[in-house]
Amino acid sequence: MSKAIYALYNDDEVMVDGAKSILSKNIRIKDVYSPFPVHGLENILGIKWTRLAITAFLYGLTALALALIGLWFFMIKDWPMNIGGKPNNFLYQNLPAFIPITFEFTVLCAAHGMAITYLIRNRTLPGMKARNPHPRTTDDHFCIEIDRAENAGMSDDEIRTVLQETNPVEIFEK
Amino acid sequence: MEYAFEGRAKRTTFILMGIGLLSIILGFFGGDHAGNRVWTSIFISGFFFFGVGLTGTFFLALQYAAESGWPTVLKRIFEGVAAYLPIGAITLLVVFAVASAHLMDFHLYHWMDHDLYDPASPKYDEIIAHKEPYLNLPFWWIRTLAYLGLYVWFTMLFRKRSLMEDGVIEDPKRYYNKNKTLAAIFLVIFGYTSVTASWDWVMSIDTHWFSTIFGWYIFSGMWISGLVMMTLLVIYLRSKGLMEFVNESHMHDMGKWVFAISFLWTYLFFCQFMLYWYSDIPEEVMYFQARINDYSWLFWGTFLINFIFPMLLLMSKDAKRNPGFLVFVGVIIFFGHWMDVFMIITPGVMKDHGTIGLVEIGTFLGFLGLFLHVVLNALSKRSLLAKGHPMLEESLHHHIN
Repeated sequence: MSKAIYALYNDDEVMVDGAKSILSKNIRIKDVYSPFPVHGLENILGIKWTRLAITAFLYGLTALALALIGLWFFMIKDWPMNIGGKPNNFLYQNLPAFIPITFEFTVLCAAHGMAITYLIRNRTLPGMKARNPHPRTTDDHFCIEIDRAENAGMSDDEIRTVLQETNPVEIFEK
Repeated sequence: MEYAFEGRAKRTTFILMGIGLLSIILGFFGGDHAGNRVWTSIFISGFFFFGVGLTGTFFLALQYAAESGWPTVLKRIFEGVAAYLPIGAITLLVVFAVASAHLMDFHLYHWMDHDLYDPASPKYDEIIAHKEPYLNLPFWWIRTLAYLGLYVWFTMLFRKRSLMEDGVIEDPKRYYNKNKTLAAIFLVIFGYTSVTASWDWVMSIDTHWFSTIFGWYIFSGMWISGLVMMTLLVIYLRSKGLMEFVNESHMHDMGKWVFAISFLWTYLFFCQFMLYWYSDIPEEVMYFQARINDYSWLFWGTFLINFIFPMLLLMSKDAKRNPGFLVFVGVIIFFGHWMDVFMIITPGVMKDHGTIGLVEIGTFLGFLGLFLHVVLNALSKRSLLAKGHPMLEESLHHHIN
């Protein structure tokens, strides 16, 4: 027996109304696949707020520390650099000269770290196997996924009847 | 929707104005340099609040030109802040008149001393003499009057047409489109004049020194102070239960503006500083030397306060939606940017005699009272919701994550 039942829609508003009516019948929705972000859907599905921003902050903080340690080693400790004839015994004495590169490195690491984290978390790194149930969910169709294990109390027919009432284009199992 | 300006709010503004007047009067009995100090502090606070008012007009024009829908529910606040502009212009004119006449020991602009241009005089200054075609009293006054006149005129025109929108139900787009054209013209004029005005009014205090990024630096400081003031006014009116139509998304967007423009200001502050620090040419670094030697705590303190508070405290989404956070950060950086204006103006006029004492704080409070009195009075004149604006529906349903 397949793990999940899917309902495919050709309009995002029909899909949002469908999701509302499915949830009102006490059927749990596992996920929704959509080619673009659908406004307000995360509140209907009760999806938790992303923690991506926190990771970005941590990547930025790490990069800031790395950049300063690196610059201190290259420009002060290992080979003291003469910057406009200014004293260079300590990092803070030449700090203004290091700020632009520190800033750039922080942005670089925060942006790349965030993008890579996002791709890994979604399992969409290049070369990874696509997990969307229907190829058209990356084009112009929307798909609601209902996991059988999450709705153990409902029979197959009951779920299919509820899905049928929401005007999908197609109902299929996988 | 109607705000009534009375009772405690009105009394508070009068008390603040009283404190301001008292500290100005008492300041004149402050011994040596008393007149110079009092008038400098009037110029600092007067210029600071003039900038806050000017931001109202600029921000309003920006929303028209960008055809943005979300801030429509806040539009009356922008207009209210801009209503201070005529009063702010008058304060500036009074300060400039006193400075031009060198009354009461007040010497704001070094270049207004005629002997500097006279080769026969022992005070002759070759560098300043070369600047005479631009920095001479008649031309400077013509420019000043032109800037102030243009700003006030545009502000009044925006206000007039915005109120016309309210009355017209059938074709509100007509006035909207007219305002859009006006906004585009204003932004071009403002783009040039805000830079030259900051040269004329602020940079020419340190006559020998020049900085090409200075106009933006002053402008970004104005912009952030104005944004903070608008945000605080919205929070105040919401706490009175008067702006129920402003939802969390609008506050979130205002928080983003405060966050972003704080970074713009920090960026420009640092750009200006770093290039001069790096090249270390004597005639260029004296501006920084006057500040870092005699006002080092103020110089670095303003920079760090105005950078670190908004950066750390307004970074998360929840903080931007929390009025408590916005008020806390807002009050600190509002005063922080006033200190920045103090740090820009004082060393050039007072040399190393400048302090932030009772006179300066008192004058700040006095101008705050005057500003709030004018703005709250303007807000109470009309409905707080711009009913005739064609993008009102969009703004009422504004929702972001």
